[in-house]
Amino acid sequence: MATSIRPETLEGTAREAIASACASVSDPGEADRVDGLAPGVVARPADTDQVAELLRAAAAHDLTVVPRGRGTKLSWGLPPTGADVLLDVSGLDQVLDHAAGDLIAVTQAGARLADLQEVVARGGQCLALDETVPGSSVGGTLATNTSGPRRVATGTARDLLIGVTVVRADGVVAKAGGRVVKNVAGYDLGKLVIGSLGTLGVITEAVFRLHPVPEARRWVSVPVADPAAAQVAVQSVLHSQAVPGAIEVEWGPSGGRVHVLLEGRPDGVAGRTESVCSLLGDSSAETEEVPAYPWDVTAAGDDRSTALKLTFALSGLAKVLEVVHVTGVRLRGSAGAGVAYAAVAPGTPPDEVRSVVDALREACAGVGGTLVVVDAPAAVKAAVDVWGPVPALDLMRRVKDQFDPDHRLAPGRFVGGI
Amino acid sequence: MDEAVAAVAAVEAVTRRARELLPADAVVTDRARLRTYECDGLAHYRVTPALVVLPRDAAQLAGVVRACAEHQVPYVARGAGTGLSGGALPHAEGVLVVTSQMRAITDMRPEDQRAVVEPGVINLDVTRAATPHGYYYAPDPSSQQICSIGGNVAENSGGAHCLKYGFTTNHVVGADFVTPQGETVALGGIAPDSPGYDLLGAVVGSEGTLGIVTSATVRLVRLPEEVRTVLVGFESTDHAGAATSAIIAAGIVPAAIEMMDALAIEAAEAAVHCNYPEGAGAVLVIELDGAAVEVEQEYAEVERLCHENGSFEQRLATDPVDRALIWKGRKSAFAAVGRISPDYIVQDGVIPRTALPEVLKAIADLSGDSGVRVANVFHAGDGNLHPLVLFDDSVDGAGEAAEKVSGAILDLCIEHGGSITGEHGVGMDKSKYMPRMYNDDDLDTMQLVRCAFDPDNISNPGKVFPTPRLCGEVPGRKKGAPPLQEAGLAEVF
Repeated sequence: MATSIRPETLEGTAREAIASACASVSDPGEADRVDGLAPGVVARPADTDQVAELLRAAAAHDLTVVPRGRGTKLSWGLPPTGADVLLDVSGLDQVLDHAAGDLIAVTQAGARLADLQEVVARGGQCLALDETVPGSSVGGTLATNTSGPRRVATGTARDLLIGVTVVRADGVVAKAGGRVVKNVAGYDLGKLVIGSLGTLGVITEAVFRLHPVPEARRWVSVPVADPAAAQVAVQSVLHSQAVPGAIEVEWGPSGGRVHVLLEGRPDGVAGRTESVCSLLGDSSAETEEVPAYPWDVTAAGDDRSTALKLTFALSGLAKVLEVVHVTGVRLRGSAGAGVAYAAVAPGTPPDEVRSVVDALREACAGVGGTLVVVDAPAAVKAAVDVWGPVPALDLMRRVKDQFDPDHRLAPGRFVGGI
Repeated sequence: MDEAVAAVAAVEAVTRRARELLPADAVVTDRARLRTYECDGLAHYRVTPALVVLPRDAAQLAGVVRACAEHQVPYVARGAGTGLSGGALPHAEGVLVVTSQMRAITDMRPEDQRAVVEPGVINLDVTRAATPHGYYYAPDPSSQQICSIGGNVAENSGGAHCLKYGFTTNHVVGADFVTPQGETVALGGIAPDSPGYDLLGAVVGSEGTLGIVTSATVRLVRLPEEVRTVLVGFESTDHAGAATSAIIAAGIVPAAIEMMDALAIEAAEAAVHCNYPEGAGAVLVIELDGAAVEVEQEYAEVERLCHENGSFEQRLATDPVDRALIWKGRKSAFAAVGRISPDYIVQDGVIPRTALPEVLKAIADLSGDSGVRVANVFHAGDGNLHPLVLFDDSVDGAGEAAEKVSGAILDLCIEHGGSITGEHGVGMDKSKYMPRMYNDDDLDTMQLVRCAFDPDNISNPGKVFPTPRLCGEVPGRKKGAPPLQEAGLAEVF
């Protein structure tokens, strides 16, 4: 067992209550820190009922709870103001059903996204959600709303999640949606929990719509000399008949590239690859996979880059890239969807990071978008406005107050101190 | 009695305010005119509203909602009034807010693949405006020539092509939204993934119970290079169902796969002379779209799979007129049933696609046992059934018998892991079925959202949920929030 890292781990009746709710309870180790904060106890429930029991026990003892999937993105957002219980759902790791004929899959939230993909791949299908952080759980992927290149064609978690089971802060288990893609009965709670960083409830089960695995996939890549050229390339593919599966842009101190993914039947992909190549000019060529995201997702603490998520109207790409170029950060993202990720190198003084964030945020806002600091070393998070301006914040607070009136779940991690 | 008097006085106060805010002809109090708004597309529920307003812009609309909030008068939003679940059924002591006069396409931005539209804009008009730029608006309910975007947003409308392209919720990326307190807030925007909770995702499909959208930013989709529409005749729905499954199993995602059974075909023939294959026990309308080479290949495969599953006739539309005629038969099917039956219930349920043969058999048994005829029209690709339950209201007990069969069909859907509504919404009509699909905790949790948006329960009350939840006091103390933040004097991000 790991030695405790917290001067006062959870003890006494509160600990007993947690232990009686859930068979697997342990003292936190170094790897259990939540963005630096040591939790009081780590509880690893085995099923939805135990998650509910745990949350009821936490409520009875007025304990704060931070849900964790596989712990790959636990430092995202702001550090929570409390983490009496680290609720680890990795024990809920079963892919429960793959109904290939219905193109759906049912999985527990603690299952790895990769495990789910492996199961459904046996039936020639996939969840059309890229794994941008290796090792992520399904629940964590939903809670952080990560997505990758393929969002251009198949959207993001909100377009693929069709049913969800959530345990509320008071331990009530609720389901919304179901096992069918088409369903407008009742409110779509899945949309609310996606991207909520565990602040509304604990996701324990999810139902997804699936897509057939394309028979062929090819990437075409072209160097772009300046931001304007990048935008011209992206726009030309968007308005073509190439049916791109992804349009990625990559930008660094020495310039950029645009990458286009073509997926489908071999003959069709071959034809469309050819048309995209001729569209993008002589310097375009087929490539293998596109390069990685500009930060090392396995880095922790002060070794982390400051990871930024930028959004913009599609025609605002050049304006954003111009500022990216000036600030010298590296960027990669879905130019075809209006989303990109940038990184400020580890060790950059917080003041410098702040001016980069401010400049980029202004550029994004100028073209209808936003900038969020996804993750950063503690000193940077303290120095910058992590979330930026959030419209409708008052309504968001009201939603939080209804779901979690005592602010027990991941307090302070989300927008506006939610 | 006192309550009734107070309600009348409250509506009068809202009426006075509306007259200050809106042009004279946009405030309707005349009994005869009020009655023209007494129902939506589900005409057997009728309630005359106390007041109808037709705001010309978002400011007028928000002003009326603020007055409603101030005087605690319930209001119901209505678009074109084509809804099939009574979602826009007025409240007798409330205001009907009709958005049909807000019908400007305020921005067309093909370079961003977006359009910004007011709620009264007709669905098809978005596509018409986008087509010259090479784009269209994908969600296409059968009523797309008359239904409005505001209603589509409220109901999360689908359509034949949502099999491939998704529903309204997948195509609305931003909205100006008037809360039940009359505040205007921006949800989402032209760029994706706004920070914070996805409130827009909760609002779309909430059937007007969370507030009113006064402007929607929608995705535009590139017009496909090639479209192929084929009409395929089968002996039976079993054969047509097997062909559907085979197509999906082959990894093909057609833009649409629609099925009609013999009775539905008979009705459509009588109404619009669509000239479907003679003697067919079922037809499929299959549409493939995308890049030309792939459509060509997929079409060859679809042709083969249909043939292997017993099709006896395949008719490929060779021009837009042909294609329109094929779709006309399908899209007019609901109304066409009026030709073969004086009255009918349009049902809307969903089942996993693979349960199709079993459920169709069970529906046939229900029909046989009860003597109530059922015509089947449905989006076979995604398992969204629209059984049309036929009856003659002039016959004693016929309406009740039809209602019973209709309800039993929903039970079948739920038993098979499906839904009580795929696209028509819960509205007034199906709130009583909600507890069959969701338990008390599920419904209670959904209503937490309602309590957050509309604690006074004035925005389209009585819809969706069978029993309203008491919202109670919003707790004052929040753990860890410093006093300045608590008092709203400082925001911490």
